[in-house]
Amino acid sequence: MKELSLNILDIAQNSVKAGASVIKIDLDESDETLGIAITDNGCGMTEEQVASVMDPFFTTRTTRNVGLGVPLLKMEAEQTGGGISVESSVSEENHGTVIKALFYKNHIDFIPLGDIVSTVSALIQGAPGIDWVFTHKKGEGSVELDTAEIRAVLGDDVRLDEYEVIKWIEDYLKEGYDSLT
Amino acid sequence: MKSLEELAAIREKMKGKVVLREGSGDIRVVVGMATCGIAAGARPVLNAFVEGVNNEGLTEKVTVSQTGCIGVCQYEPVVEIFEAGKDKVTYVKMTPEKAAEVIEKHLKGGEVVSKYTIAAAVE
Ligand SMILES: Nc1ncnc2c1ncn2[C@@H]1O[C@H](COP(=O)(O)OP(=O)(O)O)[C@@H](O)[C@H]1O
Repeated sequence: MKELSLNILDIAQNSVKAGASVIKIDLDESDETLGIAITDNGCGMTEEQVASVMDPFFTTRTTRNVGLGVPLLKMEAEQTGGGISVESSVSEENHGTVIKALFYKNHIDFIPLGDIVSTVSALIQGAPGIDWVFTHKKGEGSVELDTAEIRAVLGDDVRLDEYEVIKWIEDYLKEGYDSLT
Repeated sequence: MKSLEELAAIREKMKGKVVLREGSGDIRVVVGMATCGIAAGARPVLNAFVEGVNNEGLTEKVTVSQTGCIGVCQYEPVVEIFEAGKDKVTYVKMTPEKAAEVIEKHLKGGEVVSKYTIAAAVE
């Protein structure tokens, strides 16, 4: 991918497909590192599925869906000296998945984060019924968005994928980033 | 600063519109957003459709949505257009610029932009 924000879009789509009702995207950035965590309460994966997601060439008779999204993120993190972890549970009361990636920003192979605002707006546009919780901590400051708060204002009358709402969200995030720097 | 009051104003404004939207969505624009599509540039194409459809005042008639892999990875970004009573049109190797043209000619004008379709690409 040309931007890590595109990986985030791709990985978070898996959470949507897994039937999550809440998806959190946490970015934690220092001068040296960028941590990405995507947490969902979707159907989760078995241990075997997690192993196959990490390594597309690891296949057993029971694992089918081999994609490239997670291995790509893994490769991109490892090439900076970082890595990823996948934790998942299929237990009835506590199902869900956490995918974490750590990047070393000063490494020559670090791919920039890019247009994260477009990623967040594309995700909300594609799955307006989900609660999206986005947090980007950068040094002392942070940019935060929780669609539950937006929905509380909009009520049931207006969907989050209405253009004007999407536009508001984009502008809100952009202003947040402007005040960070 | 963007405020929640602004959102409340959007709510007031949209309330009336919602009723109108119920029976609409004659045309469905579907953007492939799987790993291959995203890597090939689907995100700006999606944005171009969402924004263009709004700016051209087509939101009553056209809905823009996302899907997973459409199955022709070498032609990504792929956009499919569904319209009742018509054959599905598949546009391939899309860009925001091509999207603007498709909005103008196809969505507004009702005329398929043949040069960007999969049929033209496989020839
Ligand atoms: N958050 C998640 N929750 C449940 N299943 C997941 C999750 N992420 C990935 N998976 C499973 O792993 C498979 C492979 O994921 P991925 O490598 O991103 O490829 P792709 O998105 O192309 O299918 C998915 O199809 C899905 O079955």
